[in-house]
Amino acid sequence: MLSFIIRRLLQSLAVLFIMSFLIYALMGLMPGDPIDLMIQADPDLTPEDQARLRALYGLDQPLTTRYWNWLTAALQGDFGFSRLFAQPVGEILWPRMWNTVLLLGLSLILSLMIALPAGIIAATRPQSTLDNVINLSAFAGISIPPFWLAILLIILFSVTLGWLPAGGMGMGEDTGLWEQARFLILPVLALTLSRVGGTIRFVRASMMEALRQDYIRTARAKGLSRRRVLVAHALRNALIPVVTILALDMGMLVSGALITETIFGWLGMGKTIYDAIMGNDYNLALMGLMFATALTLLANLLADLTYAWLDPRIKYG
Amino acid sequence: MRQRLAALTTALFMAAGTLAAEEPPAAQAGGAGTLTIGITQFPSTFHPAIDSMLAKSYMHGLTRRPITAYDPDWELTCLVCQELPTLENGMAEKIELEDGDEGIAVTYKLHPEATWGDGEPVTAEDVKFTWEVGKHPDTGVAAAEAYRRILDIEVHDDHSFTAQIDRITFDYSAFGLPILPAHLEREIFEDDPAQYRNRTLFDRDPANSGLHFGPYRMVDVTTGARATFEPNPTWYGEPPAFDRIVLRVVENTAALEANLLSGAIDMVAGELGMTVDQAVALERRYGERFDFVYRPGLIYEHIDFNLDNPILQDRKVRHALAYASNRDVISEALFDGRQPAAHSNISPLDAVHNDDIPRYPYDPEKAESLLEDAGWNDLRNGIRYDGEGNPLRLTFQTTAGDRTRELMQQALQSQWRDVGFDVRIRNEPPRVFFGQTMAQRNFPGMALYAWLSAPESVPRSTLHSDQIPSEENSWTGQNYPGYANPRMDDLLDGIETELDEERRQELWDEMQRLYAEDLPVLPLLWRAQAHILPKWLTGLQPTGNQFPSTFWVEEWDRAPSG
Repeated sequence: MLSFIIRRLLQSLAVLFIMSFLIYALMGLMPGDPIDLMIQADPDLTPEDQARLRALYGLDQPLTTRYWNWLTAALQGDFGFSRLFAQPVGEILWPRMWNTVLLLGLSLILSLMIALPAGIIAATRPQSTLDNVINLSAFAGISIPPFWLAILLIILFSVTLGWLPAGGMGMGEDTGLWEQARFLILPVLALTLSRVGGTIRFVRASMMEALRQDYIRTARAKGLSRRRVLVAHALRNALIPVVTILALDMGMLVSGALITETIFGWLGMGKTIYDAIMGNDYNLALMGLMFATALTLLANLLADLTYAWLDPRIKYG
Repeated sequence: MRQRLAALTTALFMAAGTLAAEEPPAAQAGGAGTLTIGITQFPSTFHPAIDSMLAKSYMHGLTRRPITAYDPDWELTCLVCQELPTLENGMAEKIELEDGDEGIAVTYKLHPEATWGDGEPVTAEDVKFTWEVGKHPDTGVAAAEAYRRILDIEVHDDHSFTAQIDRITFDYSAFGLPILPAHLEREIFEDDPAQYRNRTLFDRDPANSGLHFGPYRMVDVTTGARATFEPNPTWYGEPPAFDRIVLRVVENTAALEANLLSGAIDMVAGELGMTVDQAVALERRYGERFDFVYRPGLIYEHIDFNLDNPILQDRKVRHALAYASNRDVISEALFDGRQPAAHSNISPLDAVHNDDIPRYPYDPEKAESLLEDAGWNDLRNGIRYDGEGNPLRLTFQTTAGDRTRELMQQALQSQWRDVGFDVRIRNEPPRVFFGQTMAQRNFPGMALYAWLSAPESVPRSTLHSDQIPSEENSWTGQNYPGYANPRMDDLLDGIETELDEERRQELWDEMQRLYAEDLPVLPLLWRAQAHILPKWLTGLQPTGNQFPSTFWVEEWDRAPSG
C-alpha cells in the first residue's frame, strides 16, 4: 500500500510539472499580452511606453525563458506578484481559497445530505409517486441555469422578502458571526440546488444497480433487516461510483464556481482564476490552476484508497 | 414533501412574475449618514500613477484631488492650485531650451491648507517626488509621456513650484500628474525603484491615512469586493455630508440591479454601472423609485473602415454606407434615444466641437445614387455588382458576446442590405478582436468598437499617418483604418502647438470637416453614462468626462426628507 501511495505521489508531481508548462504555454498562445490590454484602456500609452513595459514585465523574452524564470523562482517558494491585484500571489490566493472551500464545502455537504437519502428513497421505490417527485426535482435542478437560479433566489429572498443580503461577504462591516453567516446562505443554496439534482440521479442509478445484484437477494434471503440490507450491503457498493464523482468534484473546491461567485460578489477562486486568465496575470492564474490540479490529484488518490476500504476485494500493491 | 416542493416552486415563480408589480421594502443599507454605491469594477492598484483605470479614478475622487481638472461643464479648473497659470497672468512664460527649441515654464501655487490625512502638509516637494517616480523607467508607470515632457521642477517654497515643459502646447495650463506623499513613499522608492510598484503603501497599506488628502479617507478595503471611506479630518474644503461612503463591487449587472432593489446599495455609479439599455429597462419598471440621469460622455461607438480594402477605398462607398445607416432609429429603438447619434469624433459637449461639418442623415436614395456613381449598378437578388461581376460584399466585425454591439450590427446589416450591400458578420472574442485582429489590422472590411475621447484631446493616435500599425513599427499606433492624409497630419500637428485660441479653433474646425468629408471612420453613437440615484441624493453632477463625479463629492448631500 505504501509503495502504491509513493508511486502515485511521484506520478502526481510529474503531472503537475507538465500541467504547469501546458498552462503557461496555453496562456502564452492567447492573442495579445497584458500591454495590449493596457493600450485598450489607455490610448495615451506611447510606443516607447509599450516597449518599456514589455521589458519591465519580461514580456519581450521568449515564452520558454519566461516559463523557466517562473519555475526556478517558484521552486524557491517565490510565486511572484499578481499583476491584476498588485499584491503577492499568496496573499490573494489564500483567503480566496478559504472562501471557496467554505462555500463549496458547505454546498457539497448539504448536497450529500439531500442526495443520499433522496437517491436511496427513489431507488427503493422506483416509478412510485415519490420517485417521480424526486426525479422531477432533480431534473429541474439540473436544467435550471445556475445564473438564473441565483438571480431568482436574490429576487425572492432579498428583494421581495428582504430576509437575506443580496450579495457580498459581510466583510468590513460591523456585524456579528450570524450576520456574516447570512451572506453565505444564498450562494450555498444556489450552488446546492444546481448540483444536488445530478448527485441524486447518480445515487439513485447506482443504488438501483446494486439492489439488482445477487448478493442483495442473498442478504434478503438470510432474513437481514431491510435497513441493514440497504445500508451495509447495497449502499456500501453503490458508493464506489459516487466516491469517484466526489473526488472529481474536489477539484472544483479550488477552481470554484465562477457564475455563483460573480453574481453573489463572493471572492472565490473561480472568479479569481477567470480574471487572471483574461487579464494575462500569469503568476496568479498558474498558481490557482496548479492548486486545483493538485487537489484533484490528491482527491483521486484518496478515492482510490477509499475504494479499498469500501470493497475489501480491491488491493493495491 | 410534495406540498413543500410545490410551495417552493410556486414561490420562486411568483417572485419572478410579480417583481415588476410589487413594491420592494424600503432600503435598509445606507442608514443615516451612509451612502452605499454599487460599481462593477475594482482597481488593480491604488497607486495613482501606475495604470490608468476608471474604478481607481472613481475611488480617488473621494480621497484626493488632481491639481487641475475638467469640471462638469468641461471647463478646466483648479482643484489643488489657487489659479490657472496663463501667459496673460504671467504664471506661464515661454522659454528657450538648450537645443534651441521653445518650451514653457508654468508656475503653480498649491492650496496652502492642503494636508495629508496624517497631518503632514501637501507640498511642492510631493509634486516633484511624483515626477521623479513617473519618469523613472523601472517604476511601472504606464503612460509616462506626461512625465517625460517635464524637463525640471523647481520648488520655490512649500506651496509653489515651476515646471519646465519641453514644448508649448495649447493645454499648458493643465497639470495632469497626481500627487504622491513623499514623506511616506520616497524611502520605499529610493530603496529600490524597480520594486517600488510592489512595495508602495498604496497597495500594501491602502487605508494609511497619510496617503489621502481629499474629503474622505479610505478606512477599510477588501480587495475585489468593497472599500469604505469616512470623512478626512484634515480636509481643507467644504466638509462632506455623508458620515460614511461604501463602494461595493457587483460585477454582474443583473445582480447589481437586484442589490439596488433590495436596498443593499443606494445608487449605481454612472461611470461604472449599468449600460444604458439596462438602465432604460429598469427605469420603465422603477422610474418612480429612483432618479435616472443620463449623461452622454466621452466614449463613442464607431465603425473603422479598412482603407486597404478596394471597395472601401472609394469615398463614395463610405459615404453611401453613412447615408444608409439610420443611427437615430438605432438610438431610439435600443437606447430610448438616450445615446445620441454621433456625427464626429469630437463630443458636442467639448468646447472645440464644430457643428458646421458635412453630415450624413439617413437617406437610402442618396446612398443608392452614390453607389451607382461608384460603378455598383448591377443589382441582382438585392445585391449590387460592379461591371466585372464582383459583388458589393464586406465583412463586418465586432466583439462577440457584447449584446448591444451585436444588436447595432444586425440593424446596420439590414439597413445596408436595403441599398444593395452584402454584409457578412464575423465576430470574435474581445481578446482576439483587440489583441490580434485590430492590433495588426487584420480586419478585412469594417470593425465596430468604441473609442475614448477627452475634452480638447487631439485625436493624433487614431488619425495621424504615423500612427498606422505595421510590422515596421511593431504594430504600434491606433490608426487602424490606415488613414493617411497629409493635410490631416498638418492639422493635428498644428492643433497641438497653436496657442492662439482663435487660430486653434480654426484648425479644430477644419480637422473636423476633413474627418467628416474623408470619413475614414463612421461615428455611430455617443455612449451615455446612466446614473441611478436615490431620490434623496442631492448635489451629484455627472461630468461625462474623464474626471468622475466623485471629484465633487463634498457637494453631495441627503435631502432633508431623505
